[in-house]
Amino acid sequence: MSGDHAGPAGTLAARVRHLEGLLEQRGLVDARELDDALTAFLARAAPANGARLVARAWLDEEFSTRLLADANATLPELGLSMGGGLQEQRLKVVQNTGETHNVIVCTLCSCYPIALLGPSPTWYKSEAYRSRVVRDPRGVLREFGFELDPAVRINVWDSSAESRYLVLPRRPAGTAGLDERALAALVTRNGLIGVAPI
Amino acid sequence: MAELFRPGDRVLTSRTDPPHHTRLPRYARGARGTVVERQGSHPLPDRRARQLPAEPEPVYTVRFAAAELFGEGDHTVTVDLWQSYLRPAAPEGEE
Repeated sequence: MSGDHAGPAGTLAARVRHLEGLLEQRGLVDARELDDALTAFLARAAPANGARLVARAWLDEEFSTRLLADANATLPELGLSMGGGLQEQRLKVVQNTGETHNVIVCTLCSCYPIALLGPSPTWYKSEAYRSRVVRDPRGVLREFGFELDPAVRINVWDSSAESRYLVLPRRPAGTAGLDERALAALVTRNGLIGVAPI
Repeated sequence: MAELFRPGDRVLTSRTDPPHHTRLPRYARGARGTVVERQGSHPLPDRRARQLPAEPEPVYTVRFAAAELFGEGDHTVTVDLWQSYLRPAAPEGEE
């Protein structure tokens, strides 16, 4: 039943509101506290965070090595963390090279590193993307207007458990003189998911 | 729960289609893959969703060839799988 969901979004929203009401009624949760926590989390959660990570990794090889080896231990160097939810989630950064290209998906629902990418795009949650990208990633990339070199192998990462993934794209040519801020401005959310080049 | 697999080990995923929640995607059932890394330990969602006691157990990143999963394709797919979904498989080339 892995493909099953709780029902239409409206039903789920109603269930969440009901649950929230019960928690408030029993004094387990304060409504304002909940709103403040959500607002603070979403204010910090933006693709600009992922873009800063990538720009730093492009400029600093040692940082890049640390990020790829243990992302959670390296995020605090930029004041970032994966601890915005109930518990800190493991982050795995996967690097695109001349030989391998990485694409992220969650075929079971829509798991995604919100803290670093902001709320996920609608297409990422669509049945079409989730079911097709594991089977025909090259075809799906083409639909995004991304014609990947046929010699480059693709690995699709299905976030089916407790880890979240972020793609470290290749640094574009002609950017040798750019500083960290200018490089970060080139990085897009789709690039961090792996459906677009930078 | 003791760790049964190491990076490089060949594994075979469960073929069972359970009547309850699971995090073993349907497309990755009954498939042979290679353990890439260990991710840590987490309670099995199949049991947690049924409110049964669930001890943390190892979760692994397992890489599959697209041809093994779909019968075609030259890419690979890595799937994050709980140890309960996996059985040891013969090394590649000896299957």
